[in-house]
Amino acid sequence: MTKPTSLRRFGLPIGLGILTLVFWEGCVRAFNVSPFLLPGPVAIYYALVDDWGLLSDALLVTLQITGLAFVCAVLGGGLIAVLFSLSRSVETTLFPYAVIMQVTPVVAIAPLLIIWIDNVRLALLVCAWLVAFFPILSNTTVGLNSSDHNLRDMFRLYGATTRQTLFRLRMPSAMPYFLTGVRISGGLALTGAVVAEFVAGTSGQGSGLAYRILEASYQLQTPRMFAALLLISITGVLIFLVTSFISRRILGRWHESAMEREK
Amino acid sequence: MSELPTTAEATVRLRGISKTFSNGTTAVSRLDLDLEPGSFVSLLGPSGCGKSTVLRMIAGLIEPSEGTVSGSREVGRIGFVFQEPTLMPWGSALANIRLPLDLAGVASSEANMRARDALAQVGLEGFADAYPRELSGGMKMRVSLARALTTEPDILLLDEPFAALDEITRFKLNNDLLALWQAKRFTAVFVTHSVFESVYLSQRVVVMAARPGRVSDDLAIKTHLARGEEFRTSADYAQLCRNASQALEKAMAS
Repeated sequence: MTKPTSLRRFGLPIGLGILTLVFWEGCVRAFNVSPFLLPGPVAIYYALVDDWGLLSDALLVTLQITGLAFVCAVLGGGLIAVLFSLSRSVETTLFPYAVIMQVTPVVAIAPLLIIWIDNVRLALLVCAWLVAFFPILSNTTVGLNSSDHNLRDMFRLYGATTRQTLFRLRMPSAMPYFLTGVRISGGLALTGAVVAEFVAGTSGQGSGLAYRILEASYQLQTPRMFAALLLISITGVLIFLVTSFISRRILGRWHESAMEREK
Repeated sequence: MSELPTTAEATVRLRGISKTFSNGTTAVSRLDLDLEPGSFVSLLGPSGCGKSTVLRMIAGLIEPSEGTVSGSREVGRIGFVFQEPTLMPWGSALANIRLPLDLAGVASSEANMRARDALAQVGLEGFADAYPRELSGGMKMRVSLARALTTEPDILLLDEPFAALDEITRFKLNNDLLALWQAKRFTAVFVTHSVFESVYLSQRVVVMAARPGRVSDDLAIKTHLARGEEFRTSADYAQLCRNASQALEKAMAS
């Protein structure tokens, strides 16, 4: 039974992609569109190969910022959520501020951060972290508070300590929520990094992919803009695949979302 | 059966207990109840009569607004079976059964051994590593029962544990529960709204009335027959069910 489903899962979207690329290249050639305006896939591919040295360095920079921001978001968001769960008053005091931080667009904060923080890399990291950490915090906070009431009663009945209840009941209950936060946050860390790089603009001496896009646009090197964009997209997809895979592995046999149902 | 040793020593005493919730509902009003060690008592009543509240007060999960509960308040003396299996979905059957022992700090190897024993007692030897998601409703309930029994409690409180199961499974679990009780002689308090179930299982049926929750009748279920399928089809059983039914009707009319 795996053949038709895997054909459908991978074959159909890949087929659509190839068709689109062919159509795109065909249009660009047929109507003689200037590569400054819209380069065809072939031109983009050549830009990617020719500028690989430049682009791969930039990719590395963006990957570093994204990765670090993501790790800090997972650790920070998770720890703060646990802290919130241990004390209601801490939660009610701090949560509104976490929300304010979240709803204020990073683009608006980023220039300030870049003024305040000398090290541009660090400023970019802080921006990306700000965007990425909130979904983990809010999801985990909800998860830690949503353990089954009867199970909680049972823990009380057997005289469980706060610590035992946290580690044996609340944290496992929060795991699916936490992992959903992780999946969202992975993509957001990339978004945060890219947005911050745009804002930092030319002041960024450590230049990531977004900066390369900006630079290429000034030089009207449209194919290179597309090539950099392509790398950002691929990074995003990889982050999504890796976090989904990890989430499935962790939830394994017990959670509905990770179960394969037999038909 | 009375010559069998009983694990329970003290009588559980409820004296003048009332419970009024913060929303103003009086769930239970001035209720007295003594539970003899080793007895099997059912609390029978319509929904809203406070029988689950009484059970939770015996367990110490809810504090009474008035009155005292004595003889049941030490950790480990009580086993509780909820209406739902209430298993941790992330743990195997064995891990779920081990939980009370783990929380009490029992060494891992001993906890495993005792949990396996409890699993065998409910007839699920081969399912130690199965996750709740992979078990049927009846099996989950058995795991829940095994968990309540791992600490060898003096008192087993059951809150409509088999209400959500189909009749065939419920009959089976009723028989298994009876067999376990006969072997261990813990004090069993069984909350139910089924007349048939209460008469089939217990030595005594306490009928409760609602608004406010109170004891309306206290019936002794006496029979010379051994509990089992023979009893279920006997004239004795039919008569006792009729009595309990009438008592329940009276409670609902009051």
